[in-house]
Amino acid sequence: MRYSALSIFKQALAGNLGWKPAWREPQPKPHYDVIIVGGGGHGLATAYYLAREFGIRNVAVVEKGYLGSGNVGRNTTIVRSNYMLPGNEPFYEFSLKLWEGLERELNYNVMLSQRGIISLYHNDGQRDHYVRRGNAMMMEGVAAEQLDRETLKKMLPFLNFDHARFPIIGGLLQRRAGTARHDAVAWGFARGADRLGVDLIQNCEVTGIRREDGIVTGVETTKGFIGCNRLALAAAGNTSRVGEMAGLKLPIESHVLQAFVTEGLKPCIDHVITYGAGHFYISQSDKGGLVFGAEIDGYSSYAQRGNLATAEHVMEEGVTMIPGLSRVRVLRAWGGVMDMSMDGSPIIDRTPIDNLYLNCGWCYGGFKATPASGFCFAHLIAKGESHHVARALRLDRFERGFPIDEAGAGTQPNLH
Amino acid sequence: MASLISCPHCGVRPKEEFSIRGDATPVRPAPMASDEAWNDYVHVRANPRGRIREHWQHVAGCRRWLVVERDNFTHEVFSVTDAAAARGGAR
Amino acid sequence: MTAYRLASGGLIDRSNTIGFTFDGANLSGHAGDTLASALLANDRLLVGRSFKYHRPRGIVTAGSAEPNALVTIGTGARRDPNTKATVAELYDGLAATSQNRWPSLAFDIGAVNDRLSRFLSAGFYYKTFMWPAAFWEKVYEPLIRRAAGLGRTDLPRDPDGYEKSWAHCDLLVVGSGPAGLAAALVAARSGLRVILVEQDFALGGALLSETTKLDGEAPYIFSRHAIDELHGHPGVTLLPRTTVFGWYDDNVFGAVERVQKHSATIDAARPVERLWRIVAKHAILATGAEERPLVFGGNDRPGVMMASAASTYANRFGVAAGRSVAIFTNGSSGYRTAADLSARGVEIAALIDSRTDASDRAPDGVRVVRGGGIVDTKGRQRVRAVIADRGGFEEMIACDAVAMSGGWSPVIHLACQRGGRPVWSQALQAFLAPEVGDGLVMAGAAAGHYRLSECLDDGARKASAIVEALGRPVAGFERPVVGEEVDPSFTALWHVPGARSKAFVDFQNDVHGKDLGLALREGFGHVEHAKRYTTSGMATDQGKLGNVNAIGILAAMRGVSPAEVGTTTFRPFYTPVSFGALAGSSRDEHAMPVRRSPLHGWAARHGAVFIDAGLWYRSSWFPKAGEKTWRESVDREVRTVREHAGLCDVSTLGKIEVFGPDAAEFLNRLYCNPVLKLPVGKARYGLMLREDGMVYDDGTVSRLGETHFLVTTTTAMAAGVLSHMEFAAQALWPELRVRFLSVSDQWAQMSIAGPKARTILQAVVEDDLSNAAFPFLAAREVRLKGSLKARLFRISFSGELAYELAVPAGYGEAVADALMRAGEPQGLCAYGVEALNVLRIEKGHVTHAELDGRVTPDDAGLGRMMGTSKPDFIGKRLSTRFGLTAADRAQLVGLKALEADKDMRAGAHLLKDGAKPSTVNDQGWVSSVCFSPTLGTHIALAFLKSGRERYGEKIIVWDRLRGVETVAEVCDPVFVDPENRRLMA
Repeated sequence: MRYSALSIFKQALAGNLGWKPAWREPQPKPHYDVIIVGGGGHGLATAYYLAREFGIRNVAVVEKGYLGSGNVGRNTTIVRSNYMLPGNEPFYEFSLKLWEGLERELNYNVMLSQRGIISLYHNDGQRDHYVRRGNAMMMEGVAAEQLDRETLKKMLPFLNFDHARFPIIGGLLQRRAGTARHDAVAWGFARGADRLGVDLIQNCEVTGIRREDGIVTGVETTKGFIGCNRLALAAAGNTSRVGEMAGLKLPIESHVLQAFVTEGLKPCIDHVITYGAGHFYISQSDKGGLVFGAEIDGYSSYAQRGNLATAEHVMEEGVTMIPGLSRVRVLRAWGGVMDMSMDGSPIIDRTPIDNLYLNCGWCYGGFKATPASGFCFAHLIAKGESHHVARALRLDRFERGFPIDEAGAGTQPNLH
Repeated sequence: MASLISCPHCGVRPKEEFSIRGDATPVRPAPMASDEAWNDYVHVRANPRGRIREHWQHVAGCRRWLVVERDNFTHEVFSVTDAAAARGGAR
Repeated sequence: MTAYRLASGGLIDRSNTIGFTFDGANLSGHAGDTLASALLANDRLLVGRSFKYHRPRGIVTAGSAEPNALVTIGTGARRDPNTKATVAELYDGLAATSQNRWPSLAFDIGAVNDRLSRFLSAGFYYKTFMWPAAFWEKVYEPLIRRAAGLGRTDLPRDPDGYEKSWAHCDLLVVGSGPAGLAAALVAARSGLRVILVEQDFALGGALLSETTKLDGEAPYIFSRHAIDELHGHPGVTLLPRTTVFGWYDDNVFGAVERVQKHSATIDAARPVERLWRIVAKHAILATGAEERPLVFGGNDRPGVMMASAASTYANRFGVAAGRSVAIFTNGSSGYRTAADLSARGVEIAALIDSRTDASDRAPDGVRVVRGGGIVDTKGRQRVRAVIADRGGFEEMIACDAVAMSGGWSPVIHLACQRGGRPVWSQALQAFLAPEVGDGLVMAGAAAGHYRLSECLDDGARKASAIVEALGRPVAGFERPVVGEEVDPSFTALWHVPGARSKAFVDFQNDVHGKDLGLALREGFGHVEHAKRYTTSGMATDQGKLGNVNAIGILAAMRGVSPAEVGTTTFRPFYTPVSFGALAGSSRDEHAMPVRRSPLHGWAARHGAVFIDAGLWYRSSWFPKAGEKTWRESVDREVRTVREHAGLCDVSTLGKIEVFGPDAAEFLNRLYCNPVLKLPVGKARYGLMLREDGMVYDDGTVSRLGETHFLVTTTTAMAAGVLSHMEFAAQALWPELRVRFLSVSDQWAQMSIAGPKARTILQAVVEDDLSNAAFPFLAAREVRLKGSLKARLFRISFSGELAYELAVPAGYGEAVADALMRAGEPQGLCAYGVEALNVLRIEKGHVTHAELDGRVTPDDAGLGRMMGTSKPDFIGKRLSTRFGLTAADRAQLVGLKALEADKDMRAGAHLLKDGAKPSTVNDQGWVSSVCFSPTLGTHIALAFLKSGRERYGEKIIVWDRLRGVETVAEVCDPVFVDPENRRLMA
């Protein structure tokens, strides 16, 4: 059923008893054209765009838990396209453009809030880096603005201008960046895909990948074997484990990233702000909680929980950037398992195995990429070739020597 | 594991005294080994869920590189050994 | 005496009257009160407004699970929003204000939401506000944001201090109720190091409000004796006002102690909160059990509270929840409350028991309605009646408070923070903690043992087992004689049928039964989906009261057991913790340490302007009288160096001594250029790669002896390079005999550069510095006049005749002063890193502005340095990858500005003349820019695609971010003295 103010009005008068399920709960069919492993944001978006843009509707998404149970429901909801390298910037800008039309596209309010992201810098070297980044954005036609200290003082008077160990000298602003309601993105794509005929199969864990004559023919699952012509992996966080079922070894390490939310507060921070003398970033949700995070814990982990030392360090960065956070209380911490790739950038590509497609390596930046990741992955699956904005996101870029290393940190995943 | 590490030289120490490099399983290939072997060493990780070996350095202590063998899901630590000793080095 | 304060009883100090304010009204309470008990005593039942519908709300609990009674405590910069009145210790001068209401608590415009609530059902916002597109940010979102949120902060600077502390113990006991005290006594008597933590300001837990006699006395007497005894054991630490908020790996617990949150005057010498990291060999969670609300129509009306809270207010605080209290229960706890209230003279309007088969006995004279339920409440800002339904027969019962008891849930939060999932107990109709191993056990009510005698026994038993496990003899514990006790059995009742108005599950977030029904109907029946769709359990209480009812309701609707529905994930923090406590003293200027060069004082005396460089402060330039801008100073310093000489502090460079028979072989593998045959007494530029073939760091390698080298690193990478070298030596090539020593802090190092450098230096150095005796790249120990030993390196970053002189750090300033004196006749000046930067750009030398981690030696014009004939070095193999050798890679070039009036700045990109700006057309970027006083124009270093083939090309320096486009000529990056004549002079 279509969502609108009118439907809310009508249903309300009927006691809200007439609302229909947002998606069906189908049993798996024996065979699909495409099976997508992973019912998170990227998997659901891929299914949606396969059906919507490329006319492939005989599609199943198999999910071991509930829809959106991975990192799409466990992130800090930031959406932006302020990247520097030519392998990344066009892709993330394509994603942001899709975000901007997503609500009408999906008939679902994902609460995209283009409140702007401000990346602070604290010394001349950082300033030059952000200028380089800002100009790279503008080369791609993406608006960016440089803010000086005085402008920042007016915009964000609560920042630490007077007692900072690393004084704030300026910032880079992307106004079109912002936040979105993370769960709603998964639900919106799920509902959209379902309405186009995609089967969303929850509580269905893939236990094996069946190959005949080297060609993938389907997946073994906790609900039995399901056949397919093409198999697409979108299981970030568990990419290596699923890939291993097909004999793939990948340039991925799993790491835990913590995020936090405070108690609800009346509006006090109106932008997304990132700290240049650390990794801290913060925004305020529409419900009032301050949502924030910083660096990954640093060790390989599949546990969705973090350690206290890192949490304390995140808070240190927070009060150093915004002293007034000191008396604000942190409500909850959570941990997401990140596919950390060897250069900090993702992979959307075919694999050496026929009919097996791979979408992984999102590090801690996967949420903002959700629409473009789905679109480009669907493009690859449907057409057999990369979408032009995703051409650099190849699996073989490491052995061929074309890394996309935004941090310049090399092949140590925990430094990205 | 994520709170305390038992350094074989210094004893039990808080996690923040250590820095972490990553998977300790790959062994640096011989100079003339194949391209594939080199690519695997630098870029490819088995990344299993469960028992793993990882390089940590006690930077704020003895500065030795250690091999921490642990479960990356339960965070249980099985052993912490000196990396040189693990390579058969005489140190 | 105030309206609801009982005439006697309670653990408050009636002789000590305390004044406080609520929304500006002057009120009073007693020492020992919480803010909530004092408000109740003052007939201030309306305390807050709910999150979504802005419904009037009162006080529900007497503890840390409170969802409603959140207030802001304090004034000015010391305001603490969202503070639970139920745990806030009353102090003289406490100023509390209500939240989430406008214009006033009693009259709140936002309450219109309640009237519209049918249109604001769960998740309604996902279905609307989509048109027109721009309206979301401009109209809808600001409205939603203003309506949402609870407390207010302007983010003022916090005047208070915080600190952190570690603690170690054999046994950590969390909770000081009967189980916790019994456990602590056994462990303490057995000689264990014990830490007992209690979130309340008073130790004793449930014993403070319990009426069952122990050894014939009120149970708080027992707790006082126990606490006195514990105080006497040297190995015991008691931490009241301390909440254990998290359980982390290795049995490490995070706890926060509220050191000065109960005082209007703050002692600045002490922290207001202290963070504890407690390393416990064993831990016992004696965290008790939480009473469940009943989900009935109008159950959020002010005056409706937990039955146990009504008992606590009466027994511990001497406050009546109302004058005439209706009790609604599904178990024996309601009877207990009836007895507690009756005993203190409070009238019981009725006791409504949902069970038909209960055998509990109500106090004499109390009317019991068996098999009944409340379907609605009346009153607006205080309940004035309930509508009870029994078998379709409705009855209005007048009352001014309702005490509800829906059964009990053990508090298992901490035990489930490390991945263990709670286990449903059919017998107890509750989730219990999973088995989590030896380190942590549950005791008492937290383990599902609700009777007082069981709690005492269980605590003692669990502690005894731990003492035994630690190999100690177990000391005895004689349990006091327990008076008549009640077994708090109950029959689960997730949702009271027939609700005539909203029946709330999550009070604070205004989630009611119908919301859960809607979620299920729309496919959000998974417990995580239901939580996220309805926001049930996402408020500041994290569902401590409501989650179990939500699970029960979902289970009932889905026709499955609560075990199958399961719980959402328990995560830190058990109760919210301030940023301040978690950050401690690492903030502001103390966020990171400061490093100062041994020449800092010298530089300061010469008027240096300092700049941050990582942790270091480096001298940036040295303004002289009359110089108005930094450029004037820098230009003068550069000219002085090129024409006379300058002295620059380079002490911050990393310096690592390398010793051992295999030192040369080791360094030969570490650097991409050859080191093996470096002669003793010579230095060489060294370039280190990462294994992926990209440049990692650069510096110099000096051979001071056959088996002794000194390498330098850049300032930024000093620590990283040391770790990298240690990794190579320990993990890659442990067979090599090599040792390192970081000596970065041991040496003061200064560069003396310029045509007069030799003359000046010779004035302080004994050794012969002639070109023949000390040629370019010489590196060896020299003796200074006055016999101080120093190290001298003839190396140059500026392109001039230059030396770096290193002396023991403590002599740095004296030697610099001597050089300045010796150099005065020669025109020597002090110069800073800005001038150094200009000098090196003029000479085409790279720094981390160029070596950004994505650059190969060849990109930086250093490809010829690579010792490709060496059998192995780090980065050798992957350097040969296709992408790293591609002809169109961006290569280091120089740029000469062609338009004098336009700025060229680092970070600009490069475009072919006439090309349309686009990522595809992007030709490269500018890494370093300066005004060259030597050339009289702006010059730059840049990376340009196939740049070395393009010298002479005119290119657009494209800086749209700053709104500047200018034309520059591509040239060789070495602008000054390409033949190195000055260097060799």
